[in-house]
Amino acid sequence: MKKVIDMRGVVKNYQMGEMEVHALRGIDLEINAGEFVAIMGASGSGKSTLMNIIGCLDELSEGEYYLDGEDIRDLDADDFAAIRNRKIGFVFQSFNLLARTSALENVELPLLYNRQIKMHEARAKAAASLELVGLGDRIDHEPSQLSGGQQQRVALARALVNDPALILADEPTGNLDSKTSVEVMKLFQDLNDKGITIVLVTHEHDIAEYARRKVVLKDGHKIEDVILSKRRQAETDLSSWQGEDE
Amino acid sequence: MRLLVLLKVAMKSIFKNKMRSFLTSLGIIIGVCSVIVMVGVGQGSQQKIEDSISSLGTNLILVFPNYMRQQGVSSGRSGRESLKPEDPAYLEANGKYILAASGSIRTGGQIIGGVGNWNTSIEGVSASYLIIKSWSMESGSFFTQRDDDTKKKVCVIGKTIAEELYPDMEPVGQRLRIRNKPFTIIGVLAEKGENSMGNDQDDIILAPTKTVLTRLRGRDFLNQIYVSATSEDDLAAAQAEVTELLRLKHKLDYGEADDFIVRTQTEITDMASATSKTLTLLLAAIAGVSLVVGGIGIMNIMLVSVTERTREIGIRLAIGARGKDVLRQFLYEAITLSLTGGILGILLAAGISSILNHFTEINALINPQIVIVAVLFSAAVGIFFGYYPARKAAQLNPIDALRYE
Ligand SMILES: Nc1ncnc2c1ncn2[C@@H]1O[C@H](COP(=O)(O)OP(=O)(O)OP(=O)(O)O)[C@@H](O)[C@H]1O
Ligand SMILES: [Mg+2]
Repeated sequence: MKKVIDMRGVVKNYQMGEMEVHALRGIDLEINAGEFVAIMGASGSGKSTLMNIIGCLDELSEGEYYLDGEDIRDLDADDFAAIRNRKIGFVFQSFNLLARTSALENVELPLLYNRQIKMHEARAKAAASLELVGLGDRIDHEPSQLSGGQQQRVALARALVNDPALILADEPTGNLDSKTSVEVMKLFQDLNDKGITIVLVTHEHDIAEYARRKVVLKDGHKIEDVILSKRRQAETDLSSWQGEDE
Repeated sequence: MRLLVLLKVAMKSIFKNKMRSFLTSLGIIIGVCSVIVMVGVGQGSQQKIEDSISSLGTNLILVFPNYMRQQGVSSGRSGRESLKPEDPAYLEANGKYILAASGSIRTGGQIIGGVGNWNTSIEGVSASYLIIKSWSMESGSFFTQRDDDTKKKVCVIGKTIAEELYPDMEPVGQRLRIRNKPFTIIGVLAEKGENSMGNDQDDIILAPTKTVLTRLRGRDFLNQIYVSATSEDDLAAAQAEVTELLRLKHKLDYGEADDFIVRTQTEITDMASATSKTLTLLLAAIAGVSLVVGGIGIMNIMLVSVTERTREIGIRLAIGARGKDVLRQFLYEAITLSLTGGILGILLAAGISSILNHFTEINALINPQIVIVAVLFSAAVGIFFGYYPARKAAQLNPIDALRYE
């Protein structure tokens, strides 16, 4: 199996004035292509820090990290930007869409920083990506005209548009109600079924159950790493919900 | 990101805040406009001065009374009374390089004659005045030295007066009252038109110096003396000669200061255009300051904008924008703002200049060089004042920027 993420002894320290904060104290983590991993842990355990390092938004203090076979210690800031642009798709808790900008233009944004893609191509890819998350009829809507679930789907479409090797989602359902959360999780599951690698941070156990593997952090250490043999199906949960509504 | 996309992004964010963008550009609009108009007005007046002087001919020498005579050596008269009515004839008679000399005593007032009355200026000059000014008669004749000596009440009138007061008759031989004193018109001057200052040179009455001095002014000194050198090459010699002869005539002792000032036409031109050059520079400098102030306005708004849009910058960085992409985005926005301001400023300046040229005496030139300089300068202002905020944006850490509330 091809390793998308290969981390060994990753340490992350933050300097806060005199004090050094040890956010990650030696993490070993391997994630293969096509996996769906949920990262859990108490607040402050280092989940977001780990995600930022995986996503090349932040540099690690110690350890080794190979992303898609590439040693990221050899890279500079512009290379980091290129990796974020081509290999990784981010989904955030707070959606992070550009305000007063249409869904289509939001989704198109990563392609504009990719010189290999022509402008009309970018348009078409963005529209296709929105179609994929079920928002084909909302391409001209601005974030303020969309519900939370729809906004998160636009964010997901944006994360997908560059055909990334990896989707990183930091508490994507944190701002959504439970039903919308399951809808978004269904989308993640569908994408995973198509072979896209997903790493997702969540606080909620029932959300983690939609993944295939669970990693638990505590005080910057990995304390649990298990395969979830019986994956919960978002589709089934949704249809039972449909039943209750009626 | 590609240039076109960057420009689109810049335009979009400018249009999202129309009012703010306009007010920001206003500084540049006013700055560029004032630079162009100020320099235009300065250069316009400079050209006017140069035109008016070259139209007078280069052989001309002017003599003025010296107001700033040294104390205690004055012969009882004040400095402004130093040029005497006999001086021009003396210069003409004794100067080797002097072709002609004429006094000038100016007054003004109401004249009555022909079909009504008119307000005009009256200049008392010598019989050789026409030679000096290379002017000619349309009809009748100019007065003679004899007329001057006998203080005869004769005059010649300019074309404008002839047309205003004698529309249907021949003015020569008619009687005319100047400030209630009767004069006989003996000639009409050829039409000269407006001078480059826009004054009508034909709205004038010329009369013998002594006639004007005694009948109209009641004094015995001249405002100035016109001297014409025999040729352009003899100008310096003529100038020296005028000084020498006048010192002799005025009985100035060795070491005593001149009670007059001798200037060639060229010297006067140079002085005037130097003054107006300095004025142009000064105006341009003041306008330039307003352009800099406009630039500071852009920097201010760009800084606010970077802070306001920290989150947006974080998003762009997270999805793969490089630092230089963000830098360019904000820099282009600043340049677009200042360049648009610059272009609007040029249009406004063109409007103001044509209004000035049409409706006022002010002559404003639009100098293409200044327009190009203004455009380049406003772009430079955008780069200079936009760079710092843009760099601030580019150096943001993506995680901090995303967390920013
Ligand atoms: N930029 C920073 N500077 C200093 N300390 C930081 C910084 N970012 C995170 N930390 C510290 O690192 C530790 C891990 O933070 P992290 O955000 O990864 O936690 P988390 O597991 O995502 O928590 P939550 O579930 O609340 O989001 C915390 O103690 C936090 O205070
Ligand atoms: Mg977190």
